[in-house]
Amino acid sequence: MEKSTISTGENSSDAGTMTAPMGHQIVRYDDQVVRYFIIATAIWGFVGMLVGALIALQLPFWQANLGQYLSFGRLRPLHTNAVIFAFAGNAIFGAIYYSTQRLTKTRMFSDVMSRIHFWGWQFIIVSAAITLPLGFTTGKEYAELEWPVDILIAIIWVIFAVNFFLTLKIRREKHMYVALWFYIATIVTVAVLHIGNSLAIPVGLFKSYPIFAGVQDAFVQWWYGHNAVAFFLTTPFLGLMYYFLPKAAERPVFSYRLSIVHFWSIVFLYIWAGPHHLAYTAVPEWAVTLGMVFSIMLWMPSWGGMINGLFTLRGAWHKLRDSVVLKMYVIGITFYGMSTFEGPLLSVKTVNALSHYTDWTVGHAHAGALGWNGFMTFGMIYWLLPRLWNTKLWSPRLANTHFWVGTIGMLLYVMALYSAGVTQGLMWRAFDDAGRLVYPDFMETVIQIIPMYWVRLVGGLLYLTGMGMLGVNMIMTIRRAPEKPTDAAITVAL
Amino acid sequence: MSKFIETNGRHRTIEGWPLVFTILTVLAVLVGGTVEFLPLVLMEGNIPVISSVTPYTPLELTGRDLYIREGCVNCHSQMIRPFRDELERYGDYSKPGESVYDRPFLWGSKRTGPDLARVGGKYPDLWHVRHMEDPRSTSPNSIMPPYYWLLSRPLNLNSLERKMKGLQRLGTPYTDEEIQGAAADAEAQAQNLARNISANGGPSDLAEKEIIAMVAYLQRLGTDLKKATK
Repeated sequence: MEKSTISTGENSSDAGTMTAPMGHQIVRYDDQVVRYFIIATAIWGFVGMLVGALIALQLPFWQANLGQYLSFGRLRPLHTNAVIFAFAGNAIFGAIYYSTQRLTKTRMFSDVMSRIHFWGWQFIIVSAAITLPLGFTTGKEYAELEWPVDILIAIIWVIFAVNFFLTLKIRREKHMYVALWFYIATIVTVAVLHIGNSLAIPVGLFKSYPIFAGVQDAFVQWWYGHNAVAFFLTTPFLGLMYYFLPKAAERPVFSYRLSIVHFWSIVFLYIWAGPHHLAYTAVPEWAVTLGMVFSIMLWMPSWGGMINGLFTLRGAWHKLRDSVVLKMYVIGITFYGMSTFEGPLLSVKTVNALSHYTDWTVGHAHAGALGWNGFMTFGMIYWLLPRLWNTKLWSPRLANTHFWVGTIGMLLYVMALYSAGVTQGLMWRAFDDAGRLVYPDFMETVIQIIPMYWVRLVGGLLYLTGMGMLGVNMIMTIRRAPEKPTDAAITVAL
Repeated sequence: MSKFIETNGRHRTIEGWPLVFTILTVLAVLVGGTVEFLPLVLMEGNIPVISSVTPYTPLELTGRDLYIREGCVNCHSQMIRPFRDELERYGDYSKPGESVYDRPFLWGSKRTGPDLARVGGKYPDLWHVRHMEDPRSTSPNSIMPPYYWLLSRPLNLNSLERKMKGLQRLGTPYTDEEIQGAAADAEAQAQNLARNISANGGPSDLAEKEIIAMVAYLQRLGTDLKKATK
């Protein structure tokens, strides 16, 4: 029933040598920029996760703090920025450039803008990798980069937006498919969030003070922080899911109506949820309560997305046996469902009282990042590799091993941090019969969770190993590819 | 509702209008943030003024920026929640009025180490020096990284004026005289602290090192409320 909303955008298998019949023209997609983004995704993903493994080691083994430039406090922002903006960032740009051209049946509006976007973004990543270890930071989570880099991000993002919207303008398909709705929401909202949270006055080349202070700064920060999760790690990946999952499963999306309802409710509700990061702090209670109520409401539209994803596989579940791509999507979407159930749970004040400030939060973030963002990205890459490089995947078996190593690694990781978080949270609040703290010395609560930090490191290393397997598979696949892979093309009426 | 979402309903129409679609999306996104944020700015009752809370001294401000540089906020919160165990462990819960001069706020989101909102005055100055140089010398089993370079890196007060002018523009009540005399003020406070540290058996050459600013900042944390009760 939904067939009309999916246009494959590709109707020629012999794209390289096409000639257009009378009254028609050939439109060739810009797949080169997609190849760039996919390669960058793999490289930065490995680097970002490697830094993650190092800081995971630094927690139980302080000797791994290697001097001022490589100590935990400076590397942790490098890790989060690398995996969010470099790994997930390049992945969603690759997904957007690949699918938007096919969904609009046109080449991107400007190849030059596409390339400025690509190289500008890589330059931003390199600047982050240099400035953060040097200690240039705003101190605001997930927005640590100082003002010169912030301005560059804004410029590159605007170029990306202009290129994207002008591509929509010259589209050959009247109606925008649901993936494009999510891309639109991503592009405009990230711009608003980034600018809003970066408002600051410079007091040096790499030093600035935010225009808001204290309570207001905290509010703006978590309005940004929570919605970076929403509009950088959720909506673009939902768009990715809506395009690549039906493609890989060769099934139409389960429900068009559900996609409308869950799109608009996600876009409207998510923004309100930020203050749940500030429960029981000095932020007024009414704001935190609003944040909690909207977080709980978010559960339903989030699961709307999960259901629309998983039910798209109805009648196609047998394909999971042979398709590592589908297996990765299923794990990814399942973990999207788990994280978006856990998120509202953690926003409930009584739960938050226990979980806040503990490793439970870190475990939750990684269930989303490793489970949802990671596996959706891996699934997309394994699907794209043979298509973009006109050859077969070098080793489906290695990809399958990646799936298992990654899944086990992720499970170890989150289980270790759940138990670390709950353990420490309970120890902090334990009173004895006489009404005294059972563990008045903070150190006791730290020693207790060190073994779980080691388990977490093992889990993280397994996940990183999987990432390395993807890298090897990618290199070998590209080496087998023809010298100059051809970009896909379609024939359209003039 | 069904008219809107049916297969060829009204939503189908706006799927053909990217501009309208984008505007509707922006509106949907702006509502929540605006409704929550405006009262925070407009209603003064949300952040009751505490008269004993004053801006950081030039040296403390310098130390605060070092605290930001080293990423201390990644492992230490500065926000005591109103729970019995936290009051017992860390002291009175944090008030909104206490962080009015905090740009950025440093409440943190993770306690790999203990909360620092009221660490000021809890330990002697020399303890902080020893602790930053080698955390395990004062706190056995600590997993904190050492920050020994703070004891050797020279204290840089050159940008103080510019920083304080910036903060003044944003509303921190520094007077022009305070800004002009910032470096001298910082040096005097540093000398005082350094004397105390060496008198207690610590190193004697710390007056012009970064560690002095860090100690000044840490010893300031949470002490404004105590001034109020005196």
